[in-house]
Amino acid sequence: MDIALRAVMGRFGRLLAAFTILISIFGAPILSQASAAQTDGSALIITGTVKNEKKPVEGVEFRITGNGIDEIATSNSEGKWRLEVEKKGVYQVEILLESLPEGVGLRDPEANIREANLNVTNTAAVLFPLGKDTRVIQPIGEQIIIRLFAGLNLGLLLAVAAIGISLIFGTTGLNNFAHGEMVTFGALFTWLFHVELKLPLLVAAAITIVLSAGFGWLQDSALWKPLRKRRLGLNQIMIVSIGLSIMLRQLYILFFQGDTKVLSSEYELVVLGPINTTSSSLVSMGLSVVALAFVAWFLTRTRIGKAARAVSDNASLAAATGINVERIIRIVWVMAGALTGLAGILYGLQFQANYLLGAQILLLLFAAVTLGGLGKALGATVGAMIIGFVVELSALIIPIDLKYAAALIILIVVLLVRPQGVLGKKQRIG
Amino acid sequence: MDILNILKLALGEMLSPTTITFVLCALGLAVHFGFTGLLNFGQAAFAAVGAYGMVISIDTLKLPLFLAVLMGLLCSIIFALILGIPTLRLRADYLAIVTIATAEVFRYFMTTIGFSKVTGGSNGLSQFGAEFWALNPIPEGNYNFGFVSYRADQLYVLMVGWGAVIIGALILRLLMRSPWGRVLKGIREDEDAVRSLGKNVFFYKLQALMIGGVFASIGGMIFVLNLSNVQPQVWTTNFTFTIWSVLLLGGAATILGPIAGGMIFIALISITQGIMGGLVELGLLPFLTQPDIAQIRLLLIGLSLMLLVIFRPQGLFGNKRETQFNV
Repeated sequence: MDIALRAVMGRFGRLLAAFTILISIFGAPILSQASAAQTDGSALIITGTVKNEKKPVEGVEFRITGNGIDEIATSNSEGKWRLEVEKKGVYQVEILLESLPEGVGLRDPEANIREANLNVTNTAAVLFPLGKDTRVIQPIGEQIIIRLFAGLNLGLLLAVAAIGISLIFGTTGLNNFAHGEMVTFGALFTWLFHVELKLPLLVAAAITIVLSAGFGWLQDSALWKPLRKRRLGLNQIMIVSIGLSIMLRQLYILFFQGDTKVLSSEYELVVLGPINTTSSSLVSMGLSVVALAFVAWFLTRTRIGKAARAVSDNASLAAATGINVERIIRIVWVMAGALTGLAGILYGLQFQANYLLGAQILLLLFAAVTLGGLGKALGATVGAMIIGFVVELSALIIPIDLKYAAALIILIVVLLVRPQGVLGKKQRIG
Repeated sequence: MDILNILKLALGEMLSPTTITFVLCALGLAVHFGFTGLLNFGQAAFAAVGAYGMVISIDTLKLPLFLAVLMGLLCSIIFALILGIPTLRLRADYLAIVTIATAEVFRYFMTTIGFSKVTGGSNGLSQFGAEFWALNPIPEGNYNFGFVSYRADQLYVLMVGWGAVIIGALILRLLMRSPWGRVLKGIREDEDAVRSLGKNVFFYKLQALMIGGVFASIGGMIFVLNLSNVQPQVWTTNFTFTIWSVLLLGGAATILGPIAGGMIFIALISITQGIMGGLVELGLLPFLTQPDIAQIRLLLIGLSLMLLVIFRPQGLFGNKRETQFNV
C-alpha cells in the first residue's frame, strides 16, 4: 500500500472515528431509553396518540391493514391506541374520519392514510395531527389557492436544501447522493437538542446549524478532498457518495431509532382567507426567503461568492487568476452544510422527522437542481419552486399518493425537451 | 457463539434464491456499467418490471406461465426503450438521476391505491405460483448434501435459478467476445472514437440497456416465484445499490465477477452479521442490541461500496485498466 493510499485510509478512519464520537456523545441518552422500551423482546407494536388542541381524543378508530391483517384499533381516554402484530413489514394505518368528534378533522386532510414501517424497528408510532375540520368541499378556486400556498411552502423548503447540491455540483462536479442525509442531520439533531435535552428551540436550531456546517467541513476535509487529490473519476466519487448515504442512514437508525419524531407540538393556527396554516409554517417560509436572499447576495456581491461562481464556470481558469480553488470548495461545503441543516430543521418542524426524511426528498432535490440547470445556484431555486408547485397542484388531478411521482415525471420530460434546464446555457450535454 | 452454525448459514445464503437474484441483476448491470459504461441506478426497477409483468400476466390476463415469462421480458424491453430514448444521448450523470427517478416512479405506481385492482397496491400479489410449483419434477422429500439440506421445492428453485445464471453467463461470454461486444467496450473507453468509425453509438447503448434489463428481469421473476408473492417495497434504491456492491466487489467488466462477487458478498455479510450477533449475545458489544444487528447489513453494504470504489475499483476479478474510464 503506498503512502497516499494510507493517508486516505487514515483520514477516512478519522472521519469514521469523529462521527462515532459525535454520535455516541449525543446519542447516548436516547439509546438508553430505547433499550428500556424494548424489554418485551419480539413484540411488534403499531401505536399512536391522538390529541386535539393538546387534549386527548377518545374513541377514534384506526384501521390497520397489510401483511395479511385487517384490524381496528381504538384510542383510549388518554388518546392512546396500539395494535400488536406478528409479522415485520410495512402496514397501512387509516384514521376513520367518521369516528372523529364533531368539528374535529385532520390538519392535513389528505393524510388520512399513513404507513407504519416495522421492517427496522419493533415499534412504529403513527401520528395524525388533528385540527379544525376542513372536510367541507371547497370551490375549485379556493382549492387552487390552498394548493398554491402549499406549493410555495414546499418549494421554498426544497430551494434551501437544493442550493447546497447545486453549489457543490458547480464547484466540484459531484452529484452528492449523501445530501439527503445532511437534511436528516438537521432535523434529527434539532429534535435531540430541543425535545430530548429540552433546550429552547432557537438555541437548539443554532447549535444544529453550527454542527451541520461542521459536518459539511468534516465531509470535505476527511473524504472528498482526499478523493479529489487521488483524481478519482466523478462517477466513482458519485458511487462513494451513495455508499456514504446508505451508511449514514443506518447510523441514524442505530442512534436515533427508526421511529418518527415530532420536533415541536407548539403551533398556532393562522387563517388567511381560505388557507389554514400554522405560525411555524409562516415563520419557516420567512426564514427560507431570508436564507435564499442571503445566498443570492453572497454569490453576486461578495468576493468569495464571486470566486465561487468563477470556480463553477471554469476551475482551472479561476485557479490561474489566483483564486484558491480548494479554499473556495471548502467554504462552499461549509455553507452547503449550514443551509441544508437549516432546511432539515424547517422541514422537521413543519412535517415530522425520521431517518428517511432526507432520502425521501433527495430525488425532488435532484429534480429541482436539474430543472434549474445543473450547477446554477439560483436556477436551483427556480427549479425547486417549480417542483413545489407541481407536487402540490398535481394533487388536484391525480391520486394524492402519486404526487411525488408527478414531480419526477416532469423531470424526465424536461430532460427530453430542454436537457440544459430552465436557466441553463445551451451547450452540448451529450 | 456457534461458529459452525454461522458458517452453515452463510453457505445456505450463498446459494439461496436471493443470491441468484442479485447475481442475475449484477450480470445485467455488468452489461450496462462494466461493458458499456452506462450508470444505471434503476436496476431494481428492471427486476420489478419483469416480476410484475409476469405476475400480472398470470393474475389478471390469465396467461400460462411460459407466455407470462415472455410478457415479463417484453415489458422489460419496453421499459428499457422508454428509459433509454430520452436519456442515452445525455451525459452519464443525467442517466443516473433519471434511472433512479424512474425506478422510484415505478414503485409509486405499484404502491398506489388507484391501481391496486391490478397491482395489489402495497400488499402486493400472491396468487400466481401454482403453475410454477406444479412443474417441479423433483420427487417429494428431503435432500441432504452434507452441510446443507433442501426440501424438493427449494431444490427446484435453486436448479431453475442457477441454471438461468449459467446459461445467462455463457450467452454473455459469447456476446462480449463478439464484434458487437467489442463495440460496447469501445463505447465505454471512447464514445467519440467509436462514433467516428461510423457506428451508431446511441443504438448500441440502447441494445445494451435492453439486454442488461432482461437479465435483471429474470432475476426479479425468480425472486418473486420463490417467495410466491410480489411486493412493491422490495424494489427500493437499497436493492439497486446492493447489486452495485455485488458488481463492484466481483469486478465490473467481467462475467465471473458478478457471480462469484454475489456469492462472496452475501456470505461475508451473513458471517459478519452472525459474528456480531454472537458478540452481542456474549455482551461484548454493550452499545448494540440484537435488533440493531439487522441494520449492520445495510451499513456494511454502504461501507463496502465506498471502500471498493476508493481502494479496489477493479473488484476481485477485474482488470484495473478496464475501470479507469470516466464517462
